[in-house]
Amino acid sequence: MSADVTQITYATNVTTQPGPPLWLLAEVTYKCPLHCVFCYNPVDFAQTGSELSTADWIRVLREARAAGSVQCGFSGGEPLARDDLEILVEEANRLGFYTNLLTSGVGLTEARANALKKAGLDHVQLSFQDSTKELNDFLSHTKTFDLKRRTADLIKSHDWPMVLNCVIHRLNIDYIEQIIDLAVELGAEYLELANSQYYSWAELNRDNLLPSREQLDRAERVTNACREKYGDKIRIIFVVPDYYEKRPKKCMNGWGNVFLTVTPDGSALPCHTAKMIKGISFPNVRDMGVSDIWYQSTAFNFYRGDGWMKDPCRTCSEKDKDLGGCRCQALMLTSDAANADPVCDKSPMHHRVTEAVAYAQIPDAQRENVKPLVFRDPKNSRSLNP
Amino acid sequence: MTAVPDELAAWARGEPHLNACPRVEKMFKLQWEAVQQAWVLLYPEGMVKLNASAGEIMSRLDGKTSIETLIRTLEQQFETKNLQADVLDFLTIAKRQGWVKI
Repeated sequence: MSADVTQITYATNVTTQPGPPLWLLAEVTYKCPLHCVFCYNPVDFAQTGSELSTADWIRVLREARAAGSVQCGFSGGEPLARDDLEILVEEANRLGFYTNLLTSGVGLTEARANALKKAGLDHVQLSFQDSTKELNDFLSHTKTFDLKRRTADLIKSHDWPMVLNCVIHRLNIDYIEQIIDLAVELGAEYLELANSQYYSWAELNRDNLLPSREQLDRAERVTNACREKYGDKIRIIFVVPDYYEKRPKKCMNGWGNVFLTVTPDGSALPCHTAKMIKGISFPNVRDMGVSDIWYQSTAFNFYRGDGWMKDPCRTCSEKDKDLGGCRCQALMLTSDAANADPVCDKSPMHHRVTEAVAYAQIPDAQRENVKPLVFRDPKNSRSLNP
Repeated sequence: MTAVPDELAAWARGEPHLNACPRVEKMFKLQWEAVQQAWVLLYPEGMVKLNASAGEIMSRLDGKTSIETLIRTLEQQFETKNLQADVLDFLTIAKRQGWVKI
């Protein structure tokens, strides 16, 4: 009997039979009180069909759990906008999921926190309500701070581990020290400073959101200094934008490998943004069971493994490391989702990324014809998708 | 009776000692996953899949059973001896990872 441990974090062998859909992301609604310019919800979210019913979601939870899902994230939109959230959490908990609530905190009252605790909610990830419209308010610690303070106190008093998440971008990255100090003041155990990824609304606003290299370097220096200053008090995770990398990320740990997203209207996706790939018909949980969706559907097998790859990925010695990066990013920047993610400097279209990075080095004051920020709201969604 | 000073030294180094009764840290959920045929530790947005030996140890931690009793139980169940070093090694790792409270 040996006592060595195999530690895996969602790593399964992609060359053989896929493992189970360990992570179920339940996007229960696109309703949201915020209008974040970096939102990854689809730009045409306002045209989404009717939301799944409580009974539909309970069936999805049961099917996913039977197929081997262990983590369940309740997300959105703002999941608290659904008044049956407590029922869904209770069922997920009863089934043996580890339950995570991904929330802005808007709508988390004492009564709802009590009900969610009773339902067995395991963890709350609180995002900063930084939708840029409120940037000044956020930085001045007034209204937003009061909301965060209240929400953080609720999370603490209900004995939930608290992860704070703040999407970082060109407009707030210079205030990273204030953000970290605020997280410490609120008593967060973990702080994720994740640079915006350029999908959906964030892609529309990319030129306004991508930080300069100087901004990034400074933010990393400040973050490291804060890590030293605060030690074990808080764990800070800093994620740089992949536009500044030379190799792409292993997106979602591989297509149909670990993650299953179910959208408010029941579409089953291998990642939150995959629906932008119009050439694939994604199954709906109203028509197909989760196990069949995961193992049998054309959509989930489409980019599984590496058989779909073209050059340079197909013959690349590093293809197992990143599986060619992100299919959505390849689509957005090269018009073909089967191309190499152009973040990779082996991609013949890597210049599409370096051009954006070059533009990011131009100070705002010297830019001409700057497009205004587009806020994520139903009106803009409808006008952009007539 | 050399075990006593050894244990005191271990205690001083922050390592597990035989009288302690470890439990799984409260942020973690330990459960058997039939689909994976393994014990897993779940925590916010993550999972650790334990191998068979680690699962046998972790699944017996209840905050009431001493490490010494745990070792004897495992030795009986697997009809073997001398598991003490392995179990203590694993618990040292588990404590360092923050999975157990000793």
